[in-house]
Amino acid sequence: MTASLRELYRGGLLPHWSMPAAFLLMAFFPLFLPHYTIISLNDIFLYIVLTVSWALFSGPTHYISLASAAFFGIGIYTAAILGDHVPFGLVILAGGMISFAMALLVGLSSLRLRGMYFTVFTFGLSELIHHTVQWWEVNISGTVGRLVISLHYQTVFYTLLIIVFVNLLTARLIRQSKYGFALRGIGESEAAADHIGINVNRVKIVIFALSTFFMGATGATVATQWTYIDPSIAFNPMYSFMPVLMAIFGGISTIYGQLLGAALLTLLADMLLTKFPYYYNLLYGIILVFVVVFLPQGLAGLITVLKRRMERRSPA
Amino acid sequence: MVLLEIKALHKFFGGLTATDNVSFGIREGEIVGLIGPNGAGKTTLFNLISGALNPDKGTIRFKDDVISGLKPYQICRLGIARTFQLVNLFEHMTVFENVFMAAQFGGLRKTGRADAKNQSLSLLEFVDLCGMENVAAGDLTIANQKRLEIARALATGPQLLLLDEVMAGLNPTEVDQAVDLVKKIRDKNITIFMIEHVMKAIMGISDRIIALHFGKKITEGLPQEVAAHKTVLEVYLGLDSDADA
Repeated sequence: MTASLRELYRGGLLPHWSMPAAFLLMAFFPLFLPHYTIISLNDIFLYIVLTVSWALFSGPTHYISLASAAFFGIGIYTAAILGDHVPFGLVILAGGMISFAMALLVGLSSLRLRGMYFTVFTFGLSELIHHTVQWWEVNISGTVGRLVISLHYQTVFYTLLIIVFVNLLTARLIRQSKYGFALRGIGESEAAADHIGINVNRVKIVIFALSTFFMGATGATVATQWTYIDPSIAFNPMYSFMPVLMAIFGGISTIYGQLLGAALLTLLADMLLTKFPYYYNLLYGIILVFVVVFLPQGLAGLITVLKRRMERRSPA
Repeated sequence: MVLLEIKALHKFFGGLTATDNVSFGIREGEIVGLIGPNGAGKTTLFNLISGALNPDKGTIRFKDDVISGLKPYQICRLGIARTFQLVNLFEHMTVFENVFMAAQFGGLRKTGRADAKNQSLSLLEFVDLCGMENVAAGDLTIANQKRLEIARALATGPQLLLLDEVMAGLNPTEVDQAVDLVKKIRDKNITIFMIEHVMKAIMGISDRIIALHFGKKITEGLPQEVAAHKTVLEVYLGLDSDADA
């Protein structure tokens, strides 16, 4: 019984120390890896945060949010507006906190919506924020777009490294906590969860808002690499779609699957874009279709299947 | 002591009066049966008590608290648990997880994780689901799913348990087992209010029976009194089932 129970709460395939060890190792990367590689890693980190944060809420609940771009963009704009006046650390915190506060409001007004109504609402909300900011810049402030203070790419690397680490740790702790457990119950049957004493709306809203904190903080960090931003860059809906694709690609139900999806799809996009600039989108699309059709559990599902086969072959 | 007291309860669905001026009380330690033809408003009444629906008029009092208007999770934490007419489990989660979640969030939610675990395991033993802890709830037979739902409800530590047709769809042996289980639950000092269509079963175990028809309470009393009641015979135990429509 205990062994099987432990298996129920198992976080992934890797041992506990592997994550802190990997982060410690990565902390030395800027000492010997070229500029270009570190920039690529920054890109991967950005998508890891978006994917893991998105899946933290949308994975267990099956509430498909398409508002990641809104929370990410809020972080970007926070950096653009506060960047000149406030120390960088506080800018990042502010980006996260404003996203968090915004998500609480969104949650209170939308989490009673279910299924595709929730999805459409979050997408509409994201576009609403995008166009409100744009309208403001055109009609009130008079200039569209802003300059963002620029930080050294290594500073950004270390900041993202910390955000990713805290993000993964938080995701894991929540999944193992009784609230993460409750979130799975909510995804299975909201009525049943409610009737066994779970404050369904509170659990949903708090975890949703918490997940957007990381999106906002990341937005504020990466904005310092972009020099110039405008509403179409900051609130690009691709930042809402990519986390969904990446989570499905890697395997939505485990954190390592989400990690894998975010990292590999970012690398893949990068590679396709440089090697096959003309067929980039075509190849990308074919690969995604292939994964969704043949690997419904994502790459992580494939790994689990292969691992089981190996175990069956080798008599233990 | 009166555990649950319902006064002049009304619920309207558009033009339909689903609950029409219903009043009654349930005393601690009783098994009370709720009968009536399909559409009589039995499940609506359960939904009103458990907080799934809010009454339009009237009050529901549980011990010292007025609970009408509270949310299901609040009512659950006060000590009322329920099962659903159509089994409503966390299908893709294991049998153990279903009960464990209730043990962590129900009325006993102040208990630690280890206590919740032990309690869940002993409840699974209580409902005879030993050895199935790691089976997905959706893979159980209907009879076992109903038992699991009872275990999950019990894990919240209720004083009052609402059972909505736990015997529907069971074969005669399973019905007998379910009757035994209901008696065992009463022996744990848990008051039971149950909706049931299996007449033999409900007449046998209930201390009292309440009959509903078109949302109204038509009678209330000992099983033999209710069974002999003229209106009950007409609308429910009668020869034709036109009332179902």
